[in-house]
Amino acid sequence: MTSTQYRVIGSRPVRHDGADKVTGKAIYTADTKLPGMLAGFVLRSPHAHAKIVSIDTSEAETTPGVHAVVTGKDFPNVENKMADLGEGSVNLAYLSSNCMAQQKVLYRGHAVAAVAATDVHIAEAAAKKIKVEYEVLDSVTWVLDAMKEDAPLLHADLVTDSMGDKAENPSNIPVHLHFEKGDAGKAFEEADVIVEREFKTATVHQGYIEPHAVVADYNEDGRLKIWTATQGSFTARQQTAEVLQIPLGNVLVTPCEIGGGFGGKITVYLEPTAAILSKKSGRPVRITMTRADVFEASGPTPGSFMRVKIGAKNDGTMIAGEAWLAYDAGAYPGGMIGPGCMCVFSCYDIEHAVVDGYDVCLNKPKTSAYRAPGATQVAFATEQLVDELAAKLGMCELEIRQKNAVKEGSRRVDGPVYPPIGLEECLQAVQNSDHWNTPLEGPNRGRGIAAGFWFGCGLKSSAACTVNSDGTINLLEGSTDIGGSRTSIAMQLAEVLGLEADDINPMVGDTDTAGYTDVTGGSRVTFATGMAAYEAGRDLQQQMKTLAADLWDCSADEITVGEDGSFTGGDKTVGFKELATELFQAGEHLVGRATVSPECPTNGFGAQIADIEVDPETGKVTVLRYTTIQDAGKAIHPSYVEGQLQGGTVQGIGWALNEEYFYKADDTMANASFLDYRMPTMLDVPMIDTIIVETGNPDHPYGVRGVGETPIVPPPAALANAIFNATNTRMTELPMSPPKLWKAMQSNQTSE
Amino acid sequence: MAPQSVSEVVAVLSEHGDRAKLLAGGTDIIVQLREGLREADMVVDIKKIDAVTSFKYCDENGLSLGAAVACYNLYEHPQLSKLYGALADSTHIIGGWQIQSRASVGGNLCNASPAADSIPALIALNATAVIAGPSGERSVAVEDFCTGPGRNVLENGEFLVSLQIPAQGGNCGSAYERFIPRNEMDIAVVGAGSWVKLADDGTIAEAKIGLGAVAATPLVAEAAAASLIGKEPTEENFAAAGELAKQIATPISDMRGTDEYRMHLVGVLVKRTLTTAVERAQSS
Repeated sequence: MTSTQYRVIGSRPVRHDGADKVTGKAIYTADTKLPGMLAGFVLRSPHAHAKIVSIDTSEAETTPGVHAVVTGKDFPNVENKMADLGEGSVNLAYLSSNCMAQQKVLYRGHAVAAVAATDVHIAEAAAKKIKVEYEVLDSVTWVLDAMKEDAPLLHADLVTDSMGDKAENPSNIPVHLHFEKGDAGKAFEEADVIVEREFKTATVHQGYIEPHAVVADYNEDGRLKIWTATQGSFTARQQTAEVLQIPLGNVLVTPCEIGGGFGGKITVYLEPTAAILSKKSGRPVRITMTRADVFEASGPTPGSFMRVKIGAKNDGTMIAGEAWLAYDAGAYPGGMIGPGCMCVFSCYDIEHAVVDGYDVCLNKPKTSAYRAPGATQVAFATEQLVDELAAKLGMCELEIRQKNAVKEGSRRVDGPVYPPIGLEECLQAVQNSDHWNTPLEGPNRGRGIAAGFWFGCGLKSSAACTVNSDGTINLLEGSTDIGGSRTSIAMQLAEVLGLEADDINPMVGDTDTAGYTDVTGGSRVTFATGMAAYEAGRDLQQQMKTLAADLWDCSADEITVGEDGSFTGGDKTVGFKELATELFQAGEHLVGRATVSPECPTNGFGAQIADIEVDPETGKVTVLRYTTIQDAGKAIHPSYVEGQLQGGTVQGIGWALNEEYFYKADDTMANASFLDYRMPTMLDVPMIDTIIVETGNPDHPYGVRGVGETPIVPPPAALANAIFNATNTRMTELPMSPPKLWKAMQSNQTSE
Repeated sequence: MAPQSVSEVVAVLSEHGDRAKLLAGGTDIIVQLREGLREADMVVDIKKIDAVTSFKYCDENGLSLGAAVACYNLYEHPQLSKLYGALADSTHIIGGWQIQSRASVGGNLCNASPAADSIPALIALNATAVIAGPSGERSVAVEDFCTGPGRNVLENGEFLVSLQIPAQGGNCGSAYERFIPRNEMDIAVVGAGSWVKLADDGTIAEAKIGLGAVAATPLVAEAAAASLIGKEPTEENFAAAGELAKQIATPISDMRGTDEYRMHLVGVLVKRTLTTAVERAQSS
């Protein structure tokens, strides 16, 4: 878009929080220690679905060392209350009873009680003395089973909302979505080639390395202080205040350094419980989850069933699409079906399409966002069908994607028309890449490609910058830093002011000090909080012009700010630091501020190339070479963009090949540990090569698009396409683990 | 506590029975105690005892391997890692580096996991467990040592002092291989250890095969090994041995693999380990 030469943007300075992180000095929630602090332990349901008949806590309460015990009855009644949490309204009863079960437990791991004691061992021993009488109910963990009329009902009062129409009878389906454009039925009749398949994907977890943790300190004056591992301190504050039914302003949330989130650290799990334990005991309380708790009780992302169909003309033009999607919501409504529906055909300009989507409650933990939530599942389906279409038409799989790629003006099935976007450029980058142009040779090997999309959102961000007497800046912002955002935000401020990145000292504030800022999610932080920092810099420049006018005895209009951030008035040109120092000495000190709430999506497109080899005897897949290509709009700090591309890709490879919630016959999870929930280790992936495409986003001063999420979208599809090219076996189920691939290869050989 | 002699350990164990647990590398017992899978009043560190922490090799008697000798000693040893290929293979993949510098082969055996990596290797190498107890010392073949998942033949007051592994001639070779879905930090879906001794004409003179993770205890595949005696070391013969090995396997289906898949892997891994063992024998 632009040939502007930047000084700071596009360079790779050392991150501001780097030294603290690599020397172990960074303070995470579990490092937080307060005087008199107690340890909390949460007692969790052993059953997938049960009615709580009674809870007897008397023995636990009289255990020496125990200071407080909490059950569902200690939580305020929030039945039928709705709260707007910034990303749509939430039924508070669901949020509250997910933190602590009321009448029923809906999944194994569901919290039923909690104990605070002088140490965690006493708390655990006491919690085990709590007698919970359960009436075990039939349970269901497969999405299609949960949709049946005779399925065990999770919520007696839940009826389907079908685009505004409410069903009469209760079911496990809170939402049915329907999107349509053109006339898909007629278009399929006109199609020369049609491909259609059913796909299944397993429930997977974000797998952040830091388990959920919280410290709560409830003051005598009603003020509640929370230290927590969260992606959004302001949403954590609001959720906690709403669940506890206390005034928002009484809650202070301090976001500690965070060991990964990927969408899974937005919902509160432990905060209200720790707060009530603290209130009852009069002492600060810390609760940390075990890894098993994290798997069993914090948000995985949906398993799914999908039936997708695409029709094309003989020249390769896709003209018709149809999708029927059912996604796990987990124990409570509100899964990722919406973005699933919007993303299923988001990469292709298909004139006629119809999409139906179902959000389905079942006896698994409530699902959470996970990097491009809902998009990876549908890409697994669509991107395989695109390969199949190409094969049927005798086209190259890259060519058919290029022919049908969405571009500026294409309308997505859910309505929006794309502004300038970069999918064509990404596909061109595939075509130009060394990887694509290097033939893959050898038996049992295959190459696959896939495209991917994620919206990227704007939402609200704030920034404030205090100018020091030497012209350096303390930048206060409210985006918890998961992927190096402190630095990428500071770099945008440095660029606009003509400073270096290390002239800026960025700090992530708490909810009392930082201006309101929405979650670190939706690939929004470098875009929106970066924009706030840019605007705060502009605000400073405006103030400085006015003040310099007095100093220089001219009018503010006569002073201009150059590309390099220097101020020119008359025959005088001074840099930012020089003017700031001069102003300080003249008695003026400066604070710049800005709030932004961009509404436009940033539209991040990407494409990936995977080379794999399959062991024909065991079905084990080895990833030989991998290239991830993404339109970043403009990469502020290319190393962090590459890191996002590589990290997302590796998580996608794990999702593709081995990760899954493995359920036992009683619908409890069999593999709630990193030993048997198999995320890739460094020996399981090659170096992920990256190519950053920069098409420039017209809605951002430097052209930034969000990059954090799209990279997880293509891997399962790209690997499935590669596996097909290596083995002639089409994998329609995730994960494509060795036992499953071996079995599919066996059946394929038998049927041939 | 940390006794200084074998007899002291026996005395402590006799007094406290199963309320006392032994600590060698600690990589299983500490985790099990923490997770509440085992309970103990007393943890007895046996690493102060020379017979338990040392190892020596001689051409006559082979390898005497103290029960608490950590894994890395075997795969880093230039001579032993060549002589006992199967043992080097297995010790090299038990956990990661940190684990391997603590965890012992003896402990891996006593923990008696059906999926333990060192046990099929020890079985293939014809190893014997030397046990000390109140009534003196006794020896048990490794294939008879495990009696069920997490259970072994040790009686009250007894503990494993060392493993005796026969000397390896110039025409011997062995290998261990496991199948895991990833490339490290995993538990064997199936494991197989093979040992062969070649005759002067290149045919197989002797063979022994151990299997892991396909039954409640590690198994010795006798018929499979017997089928190879006097045969040429060909892929066909190895595959046939693999088929025979399948006949004694009774695998389960769980999150690590289906019974059908595990059964299939027995054939694959027996064939692969025999191939490597013969290659090593030929080049030794």
